[in-house]
Amino acid sequence: MSLPVDIKRDFPVLQQSFHGHPVVYLDSGNTSQKPQAVIDAMAHYYEADNANVHRGSYELAVRATAALEDARAKVGRFINAPAANEIVFTKNATEAMNLLARSWGSANLAAGDAVVISEMEHHANIVPWHMLAAERGIELRWIPVDGNGHLDLTDLDRLLDGAKLLSITAMSNVLGTLNDIPRLAEAAHAADALLAVDASQYVPHVATDVQALGADFLVFTGHKMLGPMGIGVLWARAELLDAMPPFLGGGEMILQVTKEGFTTNEIPWKFEAGTPMVAEAVGLGAAIDYLEALGMDNVRQHEVELTAYAMRKLTEDHGDKITIHGPSEPSERGGVLSFVFRGEAGEVHPHDVAQVLDQSGVCVRAGHHCAKPLMTVLGANATSRASLYVYNDESDIDTLSAALSAADELFAF
Amino acid sequence: MSDFDDLYREIILDHYRSPRNRGELETPPAVRAEGFNPLCGDEIVVYIDVDDDGVITDVAIGGQGCSISQSSASMMSAAIKGKPVDEARRLIAAFKGLMSIHETDIGGDGTEAEQGISLSLDNTDDMSLGDLEALKGVVKFPVRIKCATLGWNTLAEALDEARPIQ
Repeated sequence: MSLPVDIKRDFPVLQQSFHGHPVVYLDSGNTSQKPQAVIDAMAHYYEADNANVHRGSYELAVRATAALEDARAKVGRFINAPAANEIVFTKNATEAMNLLARSWGSANLAAGDAVVISEMEHHANIVPWHMLAAERGIELRWIPVDGNGHLDLTDLDRLLDGAKLLSITAMSNVLGTLNDIPRLAEAAHAADALLAVDASQYVPHVATDVQALGADFLVFTGHKMLGPMGIGVLWARAELLDAMPPFLGGGEMILQVTKEGFTTNEIPWKFEAGTPMVAEAVGLGAAIDYLEALGMDNVRQHEVELTAYAMRKLTEDHGDKITIHGPSEPSERGGVLSFVFRGEAGEVHPHDVAQVLDQSGVCVRAGHHCAKPLMTVLGANATSRASLYVYNDESDIDTLSAALSAADELFAF
Repeated sequence: MSDFDDLYREIILDHYRSPRNRGELETPPAVRAEGFNPLCGDEIVVYIDVDDDGVITDVAIGGQGCSISQSSASMMSAAIKGKPVDEARRLIAAFKGLMSIHETDIGGDGTEAEQGISLSLDNTDDMSLGDLEALKGVVKFPVRIKCATLGWNTLAEALDEARPIQ
């Protein structure tokens, strides 16, 4: 493996036991655990550097402002953004998508204009567009998903014809599928459409370069990449952000306010109304430091190897009883493993799988994973999902597999 | 018995692998209601046939989901078949009380739920007095309470459609 063998020790939550078993956390696709360094960085901010930002003339306020803006610059470098002022902090990726839909959408989409998404999208990249469709009659078009969990791009050019925006996930949170973003960027731009990328599962797991990807907008979230909850990122090209109307109104995002009206601040602050989440930005910066110390190429390599191990081990141990959704080739996917488990008497419902696994200290997710249209395509109401990250190793997979045998026994009718 | 064994008691597994009253009823005259659990994708469809005297003459259950949601709905169907609508409503309140949910808006002031209405002794179906009690273990797994009550909430909707509360 390309990551430190004792990496679990850095994560306080992983030192616990549940029901007499050491915790095996396989739900990082939902939220990741935090290294001590991230927790310490946030505590330190509140202990030593806390003040409000952009408005103080005293030393402490200067430090707080630097903490926020240094974190912003760090995030920009992490995704190779051309400039730090293209990084907008939001509450999470969902809010970033809503900012994009509402602010860019309201200024650029009229009745009949088309937005193209896909059947594998998370609700955060579906519902804002449904809302725009209800509000102003935009048309929503869907790229289908094929039987192998890949986007079916046969009709891509027809779907993009006359569309204003293609908004697509870089890695599916259900299937783990990695989509070919550069290719999609080329197709979108050839059709005079912009490309928005939901990189919530991607940025934490794969070295990200927004310029190489060809994206015009990209969203991701801190809490899936070892950072705290409460901070997300919208990156967009400066010229797009400059042209977009503000999202929320209040302090920070203005230059001038009179009884007659207001003028907006420069980007990115135009989109950051009110007191920002400085401690969370500091935490995200510390998470980026931690990931860069591991090396994102090592993070990806570890995940490809562990995903391959998991697919092999689970199939060896359970044969026909387990079906893992998504691409069968580990290099075409991330370590997000949705599966169906069939005991002797039929499918064990994901909710029951998760409950039984919990008895062995194993944490997986059961449900529709905020991707109900995809569930419909898969013909399921719910799946079980194990998702891997930097602190998982082969012994975690072995424990998962053994715990599935326990589920088999309980539901063997 | 551990909490976990409490949750997956034999009687629950029995109702899961052999759910009672599965199927559909023709609507009308039967009434149909559907319920979803957004957390985990459980769905329940409840059909009830209510005669002119306000007695539930037939019940059918459809849908798919986890062992708790499906077995609870199965036990529910056996408990209400042949019962008057009023009694079914009281059963709903009693079951929710079992799940530590106390409401005041089911045709009363909530004292019935708090007292823990005793289940009918007249039921001679394959459901005995103790069957619903088997679901008491769900309370220790709060995340599963919504699974256990899904069928009952759906039943309440069906009852409201068949016999609106005056």
